[in-house]
Amino acid sequence: MTSSVHPFLQVENLARIYPSPTGGDDVTVFDHVNFRIHKGEFICVTGHSGCGKSTILNILAGLDSASAGNVFMDGREVSGPSLDRGVIFQSHALMPWLTVLENVAFAVKSRWPSWSKQTIRDHAMRYIELVGLKGAEHKKPSQLSGGMKQRVGIARAFSIEPKMLLMDEPFGALDALTRGVIQDELLKICAETQQTVFMITHDVDEAILLSDKIMLMSNGPHARIAEIVNNTLPRPRERSAIHREPHYYAIRNHLVDFLVSRSKQFGSLRDAPDAPSSPTVFDPSDLAESEPAVVPAPPVSKPHIHLVNA
Amino acid sequence: MKKRLSLGQKSTLLSLALFGVILLIWQLATLPDAQVVAADVDPEYAALMGGGTTTTASSFPTPAAMGQTVWEKLSDPFYDNGPNDKGIGIQIAHSLVRVLGGFLLAAAVAIPVGFLIGNSRVFYAALNPYVQVLKPISPLAWMPLALYTIKDAEASSIFVIFICSLWPMLINTALGVANVRRDWLDVSRTLEVNPLRKAFRVILPAAAPTILTGMRISMGIAWLVIVAAEMLVGSSGIGYFVWNEWNNLSLTNVLFAILMIGVVGMALDSIFGVLGKRVAYQE
Repeated sequence: MTSSVHPFLQVENLARIYPSPTGGDDVTVFDHVNFRIHKGEFICVTGHSGCGKSTILNILAGLDSASAGNVFMDGREVSGPSLDRGVIFQSHALMPWLTVLENVAFAVKSRWPSWSKQTIRDHAMRYIELVGLKGAEHKKPSQLSGGMKQRVGIARAFSIEPKMLLMDEPFGALDALTRGVIQDELLKICAETQQTVFMITHDVDEAILLSDKIMLMSNGPHARIAEIVNNTLPRPRERSAIHREPHYYAIRNHLVDFLVSRSKQFGSLRDAPDAPSSPTVFDPSDLAESEPAVVPAPPVSKPHIHLVNA
Repeated sequence: MKKRLSLGQKSTLLSLALFGVILLIWQLATLPDAQVVAADVDPEYAALMGGGTTTTASSFPTPAAMGQTVWEKLSDPFYDNGPNDKGIGIQIAHSLVRVLGGFLLAAAVAIPVGFLIGNSRVFYAALNPYVQVLKPISPLAWMPLALYTIKDAEASSIFVIFICSLWPMLINTALGVANVRRDWLDVSRTLEVNPLRKAFRVILPAAAPTILTGMRISMGIAWLVIVAAEMLVGSSGIGYFVWNEWNNLSLTNVLFAILMIGVVGMALDSIFGVLGKRVAYQE
């Protein structure tokens, strides 16, 4: 759906190196991380703990800085936090002394300081209604369930109308039922707003339901974006029907295989000085060729899998 | 048909019973019979009180005499018959003004400096040795220095209150500011909140419960210290009143003053308790 020449967000050779706590060699969490995100794309990132996903997200947010490499958004280098990039934190990060409305209004006021009280209130209320919290706007976060708190976090992030949304496992702390409901809402809101999203998740099904592309990170140290999976499932997607799509299992099996076995294999490969820094692309929709895979094909017979080196 | 008493009713009854027991012991101890007194009161103490020879009735008041004094004093708290005879309301008001003056001055210094220390590791490390050395000094030890440099008894006692209320507020403010949750700071960073707005809308409310605890401790200490300070330098105030009545050998008035110090202290503490509840938040 997006094929413009200049990507909206470009990440070049990003690396993060920590000095060793014991005084030995420095620890490289990830390096040679390259990827692009186009406007309106929904990107999910997954990988095992410790591969530096959250650090990458924090660097994109401007809350953390990289040891090497650059991030460009809209042609400008990212050098600090900005209202252009909204962040949804896993721990919701609501201010407990403010009500739901005040929490959202705080963000709106930060974005548009010159707005009148009433305008700010109306704008905040619109987003509170969007996440289905109308009627709870005068409650304090402590009076809300985990799912409702995260909805406030979503309303707050969307209310500033950022150019890009960054989410760090936003639903990780929620129970499966609540998670499903909020995912559906997020899907709806993103479809309405054409929001560009970068989201970290450990949940394969969540990634398949929400994303346009899924980036798979190999294990650290020296973690990289090992593969990019094009999620070709058609939109609008329905949780109840998505598994009947022809490519669903191809994608799902590919993801699970990666997380279970392939994510470990990249470590030794990456030690080589000329190790590739571009990820493999997996695209289930490309059915023309049937060459044997560099990556083992998922155990599905129906759709033919084609793998290309990007 | 027996009704079950609620927790509050039970504790009220117990409190009243305890009060009755105290009154009874008091009454027995102050009976004008020397032998009963001798059984309960240390003879040295009785001698010190000017008694011990005949009866103690004249020096240590009975509950009834005490009650009468309390009634008399409280029914006319604001009379003024010259420097040595003022109503209890006036004395307490003098003390409160001094405490409040010193306390507010201390807050005006401690809260901004605490913000600075809590926000900056450099400032924290630089100021910490001073705080650690100055904190354990008894506020009264400053008194001679204050009298010498300030040359004014009134201002000196305010200074002593200032110096003793400073430390708990300073330390708690720094602690509260340093422990503001990272998430909230990250939120304000991503929202590009300017430093002043961040200080007042994020850090201050987040640290308010800790700061208020510090203020509460400071106020408690200030109220303890003002009595001693006024005994030393005062020409008015509740501490001066206690010392003056001791010189008059009026134990009834001393007891009454002790009671009033307790009641006012409790009132001050509960004010901060209420304020603390108002700024408290539940995560």
